Amino acid sequence: MPSRLSVVDSERCVGCQLCMFACARRFGDGGLERSAILIRSIGGVERGFTVVVCRACRDPPCAAVCPEDALRVRRGGGVLLDPNRCTGCGHCRDACIIGAVFWDERANKPNICVHCGYCVNFCPHGVLALEEVAA
Amino acid sequence: MPHDPLSRVLYIDLTRKKYWVEDRADLFEKYLGGTGVAVKLLEEELPRGADPLGPDNVIVFAVGPLTALYPLASKTVAVFKSPLTGNLGESHAGGRSAAAIRLAGLGAVVIKGVSEHPVYVSIHGGKVYFRNARTLWGIRSSYTVGRIIREAEPGAGLRTIMRIGRAGENLVRYATVITETYRHFGRLGLGAVFGSKRLKALVVMGKQTIPVAQKSLYRQVYQEIYDAATRSDLMKKYHDIGTPVNVAPLNALGALPTRNLSQARFEEADKISGEAMAAKHLARRTACSHCPVACIHVAALREPYADEPYFYKTSFVSYDYEPIYALGTMLGIGDTEGLLKLIDVVEAAGLDAMSTGVALAWATEALERGIISENETIVKLRWGDSDAYVDAVEKIVSQPNEFYRVLAQGVLHAAEKYGGKEFALVFGGNEMPGYHTGPAAHIGYLIGARHSHLDNAGYSLDQKVYKTQGKPLEPEETVERLMAEEAWRQVLSSLVVCFFARGIYRPETVTKALKPLGIELGDKELEELGWRIYREKYRLKLREGFDPAGLEPPPRIFETPTPYGRLSPEYIRRALNHFARRIADLASSE
Repeated sequence: MPSRLSVVDSERCVGCQLCMFACARRFGDGGLERSAILIRSIGGVERGFTVVVCRACRDPPCAAVCPEDALRVRRGGGVLLDPNRCTGCGHCRDACIIGAVFWDERANKPNICVHCGYCVNFCPHGVLALEEVAA
Repeated sequence: MPHDPLSRVLYIDLTRKKYWVEDRADLFEKYLGGTGVAVKLLEEELPRGADPLGPDNVIVFAVGPLTALYPLASKTVAVFKSPLTGNLGESHAGGRSAAAIRLAGLGAVVIKGVSEHPVYVSIHGGKVYFRNARTLWGIRSSYTVGRIIREAEPGAGLRTIMRIGRAGENLVRYATVITETYRHFGRLGLGAVFGSKRLKALVVMGKQTIPVAQKSLYRQVYQEIYDAATRSDLMKKYHDIGTPVNVAPLNALGALPTRNLSQARFEEADKISGEAMAAKHLARRTACSHCPVACIHVAALREPYADEPYFYKTSFVSYDYEPIYALGTMLGIGDTEGLLKLIDVVEAAGLDAMSTGVALAWATEALERGIISENETIVKLRWGDSDAYVDAVEKIVSQPNEFYRVLAQGVLHAAEKYGGKEFALVFGGNEMPGYHTGPAAHIGYLIGARHSHLDNAGYSLDQKVYKTQGKPLEPEETVERLMAEEAWRQVLSSLVVCFFARGIYRPETVTKALKPLGIELGDKELEELGWRIYREKYRLKLREGFDPAGLEPPPRIFETPTPYGRLSPEYIRRALNHFARRIADLASSE
């Protein structure tokens, strides 16, 4: 069964951002340029946090607007990027109303969550989980 | 490490509204980063004898090689000349400041000059923007300032917003710089230095990649440190009840300064302990970026409006051990609502909670003794009366008369003018931290480079020695232990890791963590580095007029017994003499 990253309870999020660093670390380096998840406050740390990440749409708007067919719908929802086809036009980013298509400025291509669950291993407070979904 | 942008230093001149970047690999190779590099940058830029509130003062923010790469490497070091002590100022804060500076591709930011009108400075995308901040000047609450800048600037989640409150604008010598609402460059008056430069805020946004030399080793060491931070008990006291877990045991020990240290036990301590705060008010915990511990404890305070029924406001107030000590026990406040309200007002004004509490405690005792009258204090200050203290905080900020103008310069100035030096709890010009644990704590405040309990953790040495042998070490031995601890902490604050993680970042772990980054430093080299930075700090302090022979403990500390009983002035004298000799030797060494 394919899986999907799920935000179990954003109220438990303390804003440590370890998930963001984990996502970028998949490639072995530090920093956040290649991260596909973002934790930000809800209008200030005093109001708590929100988790911005791909929610694995079954019929993803980002794929629908891609003029190069660089985004292929993934089994279980969301998309997979073919970097060779992507021209960096940015339509996908604009199409995602939750802001979950992040941008790698250096490569000029989107950072797309592949729902691998690596970030879940570094969420110490039970905010994130990987769940199995129908294909 | 090739391609690591750490050695890039951004210089900002507020007078000319110019900025430039220099590669300072020379400093980063020798001093690693953080406090080591920051002190050298300050030494280069600060003219000898500069006025701390004049255009010549310099602010340096620095991060280090571990910043944004490992858990708990979450702090930024700020150095400047302190308007409170007139000497080296250093303060550390977390929030998102460290990650943002590092991922903006910088190792340090140097701010010089003075703007002719209020500005805030925003750093993103490799550029520095000087924004007009006239509209922000004078805004009542620092929370509001954060809210406005948050909406005006890009990069939510990837930025730090450091800002001052009215206390900084009005040059209160113990004003703070607040970052991410609940973290502070708290001590020694960085807020006033911002204010003197008409710098309302500094925004830094960054997310760039930091290349790592050995990628798989990096991931492996990361995992080990993450496991130590989340699966061992090393960080437990910080995440469960948080730093206020100290209130109850320090009170039981008789080491909790109360009512201007006329007592070392507070009869209402159980009402404002960490346990009581958590049970009644704990609403949320938050973390600095890249810290799994989440030690920031936020209380919900629900208050009714007096003028309209069924009308409430709920404030979220962060509390820690130190504000509970300074604004609670020191002022005899034993109710959580009153205490939280006072902490909230101090936060909104942008004052250092510790210095503010000690200043109010001194003023209360001075009023009680008739050294000053209500002509001076305007407010009738009484132990436990939190409403009166809320009013007095506003007066420290607005300074409506001569007395508050002087009190805003610190307890030392106030006691010099009005008398009452015998109960003025000041160490090297800095107000006392919350530990009356024994001789090491007080010697530590005096000989620490920042006159802070965090310099050398004398309070911790006191408690360890008390448990094992019940009587103090020889004074010379106490000084040696404190100096060695402070030297090691120079390494931690050059990496830069949070001092709360000192149990994890032991020398062998530091060596391991640096290796994948292409930095090879063994135990011995790290120890030497610590002493080198320690020496450089003291050289700068001596250059700016620090006199180890002139250090004086406040007489009050000898009157109120510690767990060891009454402290001996002779013991402290011997310790200080030893320290003066050691510093003279060290400063002249190669």
